[in-house]
Amino acid sequence: MDFELSEEQRMVREMVREFAQKEIAPRAAEVDRTEEFPAENIRKMAELGLMGLPYPEEYGGGGGDYLSYAIAVEEIAYACGSTALIYAAHVSLGCGPIYYFGTEAQKRKWLPHLCSGQGLAAFGLTEPEAGSDAGATRTTAVRDGDFYILNGSKMWITSGAIADVVTCTAKTDPAAGTRGISCFLVEKGTPGFIPGKNEPKMGLKGSVTSALSFENCRVPAENLLGQEGEGYKQMLITLDGGRISIGAMAVGLAQAALDEAKRYAQQRVQFGRPIAEFQAIQWMLADMATEIEAARLMVYRAAAMKDAGLRFTKEAAMAKLFASEVAERAAFKAIQIHGGYGYSREYPVERIYRDQRLCSIGEGTSEIQRLVIARHLLDRR
Amino acid sequence: MNSIVCLKEVPDTETRIEIRGGKIVEEGIQYVVNPYDEFALEEALKWQEKFGGKVTILCLGPERARESILKGLAMGADEVYHLADPAFLGGDAYTTARALAAAIQKLGDYDIIFCGKQAVDEDNAAVGVMLAEMLDLPHVSVVSRFEIAADGKSARAERDIEGGREVVETPLPAVVTAQKGLNEPRYPSFRGIRQARSKPFTQWTVADLGLDAGGVGAAGAKLQVMEVLPPPDRPPGRVIPGEPAEAVKELVRLLREEAKVI
Ligand SMILES: Cc1cc2nc3c(=O)[nH]c(=O)nc-3n(C[C@H](O)[C@H](O)[C@H](O)COP(=O)(O)OP(=O)(O)OC[C@H]3O[C@@H](n4cnc5c(N)ncnc54)[C@H](O)[C@@H]3O)c2cc1C
Repeated sequence: MDFELSEEQRMVREMVREFAQKEIAPRAAEVDRTEEFPAENIRKMAELGLMGLPYPEEYGGGGGDYLSYAIAVEEIAYACGSTALIYAAHVSLGCGPIYYFGTEAQKRKWLPHLCSGQGLAAFGLTEPEAGSDAGATRTTAVRDGDFYILNGSKMWITSGAIADVVTCTAKTDPAAGTRGISCFLVEKGTPGFIPGKNEPKMGLKGSVTSALSFENCRVPAENLLGQEGEGYKQMLITLDGGRISIGAMAVGLAQAALDEAKRYAQQRVQFGRPIAEFQAIQWMLADMATEIEAARLMVYRAAAMKDAGLRFTKEAAMAKLFASEVAERAAFKAIQIHGGYGYSREYPVERIYRDQRLCSIGEGTSEIQRLVIARHLLDRR
Repeated sequence: MNSIVCLKEVPDTETRIEIRGGKIVEEGIQYVVNPYDEFALEEALKWQEKFGGKVTILCLGPERARESILKGLAMGADEVYHLADPAFLGGDAYTTARALAAAIQKLGDYDIIFCGKQAVDEDNAAVGVMLAEMLDLPHVSVVSRFEIAADGKSARAERDIEGGREVVETPLPAVVTAQKGLNEPRYPSFRGIRQARSKPFTQWTVADLGLDAGGVGAAGAKLQVMEVLPPPDRPPGRVIPGEPAEAVKELVRLLREEAKVI
């Protein structure tokens, strides 16, 4: 069993860490406060070739492995949660389905543009009535000559209002249940495609989250992703990869919480000594560090399994479930260690607490991850 | 414009240095590219973009330095010569400069040599200028602005001096040592990282350079480090009690009489 990162993976870690610490971290508090989309961060990440990191060079990607990508997400989350979500949603949810299921023409049309970071991609699965029950999609797509006509709406779509292309699910055969769902590449500016305004959120405020609606939106038939009826399966496969990146994001945020807490505990003096000398504080730090280590190993292992071409659905669900709950506990303890100052907006742990909260909800709630894991255990796939 | 950049690996300045028995404990130290050498490399890459030519990294240091060197390649350097022979190690600024000078003579084809103004581990700030002397080249040290003439035959440099700036012109080839502020080193791109490992990477031994093992590394050093000591612990702060007006008087008295800083 080999627990060492490769030379390339170590270099990616070092490069992204240095970049994110110098260029992204100093603005994280401001991004949170102003709720402004951190376009400058994304532009710089594009320059460094991060926006298409795990996709082949022939489509304009970096040709890297998924573990390197997970490491990049982790390091960016360590600096700024909002930027990490924008990044992860673009790479795994946005570019993912086009790369995995697109026709050669669709890949050639979109991937170079997206992988270079000139445009963002988004993923439109969730609807007002179809959250955890993603198969309950109500959006419909009706064939009309060389077009499909989409009607319905989406909810909570990361970068949905600013992306150049959104991969959306819609029912092409309402009688066929989840087998009647198909995916469409909906381009920005398509008539009848109406992005909603940015939802005010608890955290990850620099990321734009919007409802989308389709009113007789005419999508060219060539924008059907793969075959009709495969949309649900395509989305589930995409989410398997996406969950690894949410796990990585959780690990990065948890590590940031731990490092902030460690620093603070060594400086804050009460009862005549740094609070880090109290065993109660030490135990919290030790528990955080231990859980983060375990979460990181689970995320890396799921990524390594994906890279090795193995089935990793269960491992991705486990990694995402565990890492996001570790992030919750780590952020909670980090605030506890900061006392009243942790509750203040002056210290980053308060932001980290709000930012990490999404990790146990997005791309399937913790309950849904347990459901996926249990299905695998009981062989009820 | 062919440049040679001398690059050293040093402990990250954030590493906590531990001293045991008069020596630095190497275990657990994180190593990075010497920050001043990153300025040197960036400058070489900048002028390569303008004039073409190639950028060669020259590094004297243990095998371990490979990862720092790869970073240099990932930033855009074309090739590397690594003096990793254990016989090169453990020396002083003089033996380092000797080995580098021999390597540069062997490489031959260069228009300019960039070094950092100093390495942040031993802070000698000596290798660059010694190198110039040994190669019989002009040098400009502690450079914070640099410009190569359009014909590529001379350069104009600004250097920080006490209380001002000095503007210098030099013919090329020359040795230039980089100061902070010279430029903003680029980050390696992901593509750069992937390409780094396939770029030419040559290791040279003492014999490859035609040097005598007794004249380089620990054996040839003219300087012997007798002992390394940690800086003394900082004494704890002192609170001066009393009314502000009185306390300030006392503070001024202490600063003048005890700390002797005013
Ligand atoms: C910031 C943010 C960004 C997002 N980005 C995207 C995006 O880019 N694209 C996209 O498609 N979606 C996105 N989402 C949507 C997200 O994936 C959903 O919110 C999530 O899947 C949960 O769906 P829901 O909100 O409708 O909750 P519900 O499904 O209504 O769940 C409510 C509660 O019921 C529980 N529950 C539901 N069903 C079961 C069950 N069978 N067993 C046990 N418990 C159950 C849930 O776990 C949860 O606790 C985003 C959400 C947020 C907040």
